[in-house]
Amino acid sequence: MIIEIGHFALVLALAVAVLQTVLPAWGAHVRDSRLMAVGSPAAVMQVVLVAGAFAALTYAYVVSDFSVANVYLNSHSAKPLLYRISGVWGNHEGSMLLWVLMLTAFGAAVAVFGQRLPQTLRANVLAVQGSVAVAFMLFILLTSNPFTRLAPAPAEGLGLNPILQDPALAFHPPFLYAGYVGFSIAFAFAVAALIEGRVDAAWARWVRPWTLAAWMMLTLGISMGSWWAYYELGWGGWWFWDPVENASFMPWLAGTALLHSAVVMEKREALKIWTILLAILTFSLSLMGTFLVRSGVLTSVHAFAVDPARGVFILGILVLFIGGALALFALRVGELRQGGLFAPISREGSLVLNNLLLTTACATVFVGTLYPLALEAITGDKISVGPPYFNMTFGPLMVPLLIALPFGPLLAWKRGDLLAAAQRLWLAALITLVATVAVYAAVYRGPWLAPLGIALGVWVMAGSLAELASRIKLGQAPLLESWRRFKGLPRSAFGTAVAHFGVGMMVVGVIGTSAYQSERILVMKPGDQAEIAGYTLTFKGAAPQRGPNYREEVGVFEVARNGEPVTTLTPSKRLYDAPPQPTSEAGIYVSWRGDLYAVLGDAQPNTPGGFAVWLYFNPLVRLIWLGAVVMFLGGLLSLSDRRLRVGVPRKAQVRTSPMPAE
Amino acid sequence: MKLVLRWFLLPVLIFTSAVALAVEPDEMLPDPALEARARALSAELRCLVCQNQSIDDSNAPLARDLRILVRERIAAGDTDEEVKRFLVERYGAFVLLKPPVNTRTILLWLAPLMVFLGAALFLFRYLRSIRRVSVDTTQGLTKEEEEKLRALLAEETSQKPAEN
Repeated sequence: MIIEIGHFALVLALAVAVLQTVLPAWGAHVRDSRLMAVGSPAAVMQVVLVAGAFAALTYAYVVSDFSVANVYLNSHSAKPLLYRISGVWGNHEGSMLLWVLMLTAFGAAVAVFGQRLPQTLRANVLAVQGSVAVAFMLFILLTSNPFTRLAPAPAEGLGLNPILQDPALAFHPPFLYAGYVGFSIAFAFAVAALIEGRVDAAWARWVRPWTLAAWMMLTLGISMGSWWAYYELGWGGWWFWDPVENASFMPWLAGTALLHSAVVMEKREALKIWTILLAILTFSLSLMGTFLVRSGVLTSVHAFAVDPARGVFILGILVLFIGGALALFALRVGELRQGGLFAPISREGSLVLNNLLLTTACATVFVGTLYPLALEAITGDKISVGPPYFNMTFGPLMVPLLIALPFGPLLAWKRGDLLAAAQRLWLAALITLVATVAVYAAVYRGPWLAPLGIALGVWVMAGSLAELASRIKLGQAPLLESWRRFKGLPRSAFGTAVAHFGVGMMVVGVIGTSAYQSERILVMKPGDQAEIAGYTLTFKGAAPQRGPNYREEVGVFEVARNGEPVTTLTPSKRLYDAPPQPTSEAGIYVSWRGDLYAVLGDAQPNTPGGFAVWLYFNPLVRLIWLGAVVMFLGGLLSLSDRRLRVGVPRKAQVRTSPMPAE
Repeated sequence: MKLVLRWFLLPVLIFTSAVALAVEPDEMLPDPALEARARALSAELRCLVCQNQSIDDSNAPLARDLRILVRERIAAGDTDEEVKRFLVERYGAFVLLKPPVNTRTILLWLAPLMVFLGAALFLFRYLRSIRRVSVDTTQGLTKEEEEKLRALLAEETSQKPAEN
């Protein structure tokens, strides 16, 4: 019964979404505020209904109701509760429902927090938001219904892929989707602005917090996926340039560019057309990411949606929204007036450079991901575009971006002084130089370019601190004055510096672990010792154990450094009960130098008692995800800035609105 | 296998079948220099039955066969190029993760540069154009806003006497 109520709630939500699309848009067109006023309650109603549908499905998973086909196919009663819940979105139908839940949640947030938006803008934004919801709810109900029943109900479910039974992966999709879908707000604002034919700085000010929130979620979502891959897949890789990874990375790159161009638009009213286009492109890439993953185009394990009806439906959605928005853009672009003059060397100029490099990088990933598909479709030739291509093309684009990054925030708006900015960066440059020399001195092996890569990361970190130092006149004014300025800085200034610092950390981590990873692959018998990166590991043997829903063989390694015992690593090989699938759990010891990473392989028939063993030392690898978390925190700081809360009704301002009461 | 297909979910999940490790100890060449070459080469060769995985990363039986084949060729004295050519003759360009530059892939390799130059040219012209535009950057009020403004002003003037 609960399932049917959930199903019904979703159908109702679709009806509400149709109303939310048609009425406010028509109201905005004929300037009827009663029609426009339908948008907000409809958006709130929608999220309530979709949340109800989602709760019903979650309930079915929690109580293991195998009469629901979706639960039967993707769950098992012996799974721990957390993974029964995460199993809801561990499959196609459920994950699309999560997608729509996120979408409607963002829509409702606009309705609630956007009370002070101009009435027609809000009506149009909610209408566009509603239309996206209509498309995806139709998609779910017509091609991917998670509420279908089975009769007779099977006694036990088939289980969730054990590799998905992992805390990081349980929360990876919600964050990723929140990111994808969050960009729909920027998209809705862009389309609404095009419909109205006017955009101004206030528009950018409304769009920025939503974009920032979406970007933060996506940053966290992608890095969770990468972290999971690192410890679960068993050889310490953290990014593979896999098409499905790229599908989430492209919206991130475009979204990062959008964040920066929206700054220019807000402060200087420049780059309007570009920012609108970027908002459309960012969400288009999010939609395309969904399409690439869902339609089977990539012909990988990912694309289990082999049913062509789904692929064609998503393609239709894609064509409708991307094509429609771009057509509207082409039609209306002439009416948007440009504003804000600036010299090439200026804050605006630096942000333009940022956008140039980020969008080129995004286009590179796009071409690299889709070229093999296009070539095969046109000529029938099959080629592979793998990590070597992306490293060769994407890498060089990041270098100028990172070199220029510290200069940007130090340049003045309109017309900047590069020399003055450089002078304020001398200490950062010195730190970078010292770090470079130190790295060259410390490592006698590895690629000769790698220390320069590390230097780049240090440069970005030092540069972001230099920006803060220069803002509070550290060293130029009395300390007390600097402290006073420090306290007076807007949170967004800290946000920028912190997020940029995170970028630097990530660069150091990426280069450090890529260039200086050490590796031992060997057969070890109990009592054997192996040396790696200054650690001595003693293999104590392997013993079988029993987990909640798996059996495993656990190897024991005692780790010592300079004769002192450090820790004991227990990598294991698991075999899950349902479905019976092997996984490998790495033993990882984390230190500030890097991760010691041990993996247990198969017993070796030729060596009695011997096991294949893989040992890795991944220097500085934690900085990759720590950097992502710091970027997220930077975003959070910016988001908490008072200036960005414009549009949020505040108690202090009890002014009667000149608009008609709603 | 169909069930395995159903479990897809997220980025990077490709590795569903690849949890175990790739290069096994018994495959490795005794000479560390040759082994290092074999590893570097394997990282650029695709496991043909996997999705975008190199034979160095994959534990599929075919990947193992290819790794052993690469090591045999290297031990026999082939250069890296010769090993690659040997594999391309057998399996086609699909086996190379770094596609060769030819008429079919020239667009792929030039795309980043073309996009960059195209965007830079566009920007250059844009920056020049906005410098020529006059300073008139204010956007006029809409009819609605003008009315609202008038109403507000009227309200204010009508309230003023009351305050006095």
